[in-house]
Amino acid sequence: MKHRTFFWFILPTLTAMILFIALPIVSVFVQSLFVEHEQVLVVTENCGPFGCTEATAVDVEATEKLRADQPLGQFNGLGTYTNRSHLAFSEVGEAWSSSASFGEFWSNVYNLPFYSALAFTLAYTAVVTPLVLILGMAIAVGVNNLPGMLKGLAIFVSLLPFLVTPLVGSLILFWMVDSDGVIGATIQRIFNDPSLSLKASTALTWTMLMVYGVWHTLPFSFITFYAGLQTVPEDTMEAAQIDGASKWQRMIHVVVPHLMPLVSFVTLMLIMDNFRVFEPIVSFKAEAHAQSLSWIIYNDLRESGNPLYASAGATSLITIILVVILMTPVLIRTWRDFTRKSH
Amino acid sequence: MFLRKLATVTTFVGLMGSAAYAANCGPEGQSIRILASDFPAIHAVAGAAEANCASGASDFATNHTTEARSIMNAALTPNPSEYSSVILANATLTQLMNDGLVRPLNDLVEKYGENISPNLLITIDGNIMAVAFMANSQHLFSRKDILEQAGFEGIPATYEEVIEAAKMIREAGIMEHPIVINMQTGWNLAEVFNMIYLGHGGEFFEPGSAEPSINNEKGLATLETMKAIAEYAHPDHLTHASNETQGLWESGQAALGVMWGSRGSPILDDEGSTEEVTSNTVLSGAPTVGGGSIPSATLWWDGISIATNVSDEEAEATFAALVSALTPEMVSANNDDAVWLLDGFTPGPAAAGVAQTAQGGAKPYPMIPQMGLLHAALGTELSDFIKGDESAEQALADVESAYRTSAKEAGFLQ
Repeated sequence: MKHRTFFWFILPTLTAMILFIALPIVSVFVQSLFVEHEQVLVVTENCGPFGCTEATAVDVEATEKLRADQPLGQFNGLGTYTNRSHLAFSEVGEAWSSSASFGEFWSNVYNLPFYSALAFTLAYTAVVTPLVLILGMAIAVGVNNLPGMLKGLAIFVSLLPFLVTPLVGSLILFWMVDSDGVIGATIQRIFNDPSLSLKASTALTWTMLMVYGVWHTLPFSFITFYAGLQTVPEDTMEAAQIDGASKWQRMIHVVVPHLMPLVSFVTLMLIMDNFRVFEPIVSFKAEAHAQSLSWIIYNDLRESGNPLYASAGATSLITIILVVILMTPVLIRTWRDFTRKSH
Repeated sequence: MFLRKLATVTTFVGLMGSAAYAANCGPEGQSIRILASDFPAIHAVAGAAEANCASGASDFATNHTTEARSIMNAALTPNPSEYSSVILANATLTQLMNDGLVRPLNDLVEKYGENISPNLLITIDGNIMAVAFMANSQHLFSRKDILEQAGFEGIPATYEEVIEAAKMIREAGIMEHPIVINMQTGWNLAEVFNMIYLGHGGEFFEPGSAEPSINNEKGLATLETMKAIAEYAHPDHLTHASNETQGLWESGQAALGVMWGSRGSPILDDEGSTEEVTSNTVLSGAPTVGGGSIPSATLWWDGISIATNVSDEEAEATFAALVSALTPEMVSANNDDAVWLLDGFTPGPAAAGVAQTAQGGAKPYPMIPQMGLLHAALGTELSDFIKGDESAEQALADVESAYRTSAKEAGFLQ
């Protein structure tokens, strides 16, 4: 294709990407460099139905004047990125110099909100992504080998978890694992411990979130692999069969290599999806045991009354950078395949 | 003050016969737009205002949403603003005042406030910023039959007694986890800290500044009390908010509860529970703690405010309409929906807890601009301690550093 023609083809997409992806990211980055102006406080006497107290209030006029002069706020550079809520350089450094053992250092670092959220987010991504890939492939092969009559039904049932809204799906599971719910009560009965609670233990909460994650994203990898299986060339399969390859050998040496580009695609999508895990944490009320990077962003914007835009922006950009780093191996592989084919 | 108000009820009912009283709705043809939380008492006030004054207004709209707190600043910032009034509470008033989004009501109160008793005016340095109409607070719920069965006499009045009673119930083999309390990680957990810390006589900030001052002996004592409560609380306490605790109470799985006063009448009514639970549930004031004299609670009011960014006529019409709703008739028609601070209220058993808490001199939730940030820091940093993963000293140090970080970003600390 001529470069000129290509340009006109790509122009609408490119415009949309710049407007809706690139510019917002730039704007988030700019906002993350500024913090709010000094709030001018004045001492006041507050009275109400329960008596009078001395308190403080923001001097709105004085603060407004500061804001009018510099609408973006005070320039803080990368200060927000390195403060305690994010990369916490000084706290990590202090933990390093004051800890006697690596275990102590890690528990000090884990105490910082960003690193504990990062630990859960990485663990979640590392567990859920491969499980979903392998199980998705297994279910796709299984369904593909079913007799025609059952196929339609099996596909429909396998897709069900995808049709349930994440928030609703996790709420349903949350009620089921409640100590009065069907799963929670059964587990209590099996272990004969009436105070055993899935929601009160960090390890069990993590497991619960990961099981939920696998359940919810499985249909995506299943349906993609199932579609891929329909394109496996019959000739190659027959040739392998004639050469005496067993079913398993045909699977490993013919089907999987054929589906490799799809595997790369699904892996990329899963890494992106899993790294921004959020809804189940809110629905499971799991904040005491597991926080993710996306949850931190949500908390910064919502919890304190005045949204902390710089904090949320900094966490967002760090998340983007980490996703890119995680995806790099897969991207490199795809690029190699692409250049090899084009020669 | 609280009870005297309740006592003057009958005289006022007599003065304002419902038929004779015509609402004064202020300027006609104005647009009245109200943003409010979503619970029955607020519906009653907004509904009465609409019934009185909608006919004279060009349009009358009410948005009842549980998300009112998170949308109100954005909704009131443009000029003219999306709403002409927000029905709000202690903490949310500060949130709007931080951005200068609500106007002083002195002139409007003078014109329309002849029925408003002066103690309902929320004044800040002489400026009336809101008019309160109902009160709420968390306090103690007890099952007198279970306490009796376990051999505890009377109703616990201190947290030490609450824990003692819980211990007796556990030892008697009646319940393993007799306490329910709203300790969900986040806002609720922090609010429990606030209540018990105030009960210990603590101060949240250095006087007149935004420097936190919770990392002290009172803070440590507060955390110890919380840990002792958690020991006897339902194992899932870090996921419990009002709906869960009310559910456990109504299903008879708890004997001692620290819950909101507004849950009193839904618990005591004949829906969702058994006769055994409702007839034995006693509401009493929030317990004191550590030998202190005031109940460990934060008092809350709900009230009317008027937006800055609307025309004076709209502000006047909105205020007049809302104030016209604060009548004894409205109160007596919705008597059990709230602990009303208005004339016409007959306190029933559902109001006893809040009334006793207020009477005992509990502190109001602090109306301090940076309180929201400290509250959020407490909410995220205390759960590690309650789970038993870190020491009380470390937890309080974490709260202060988390607060300092966000307060710097918000401009309260430099």
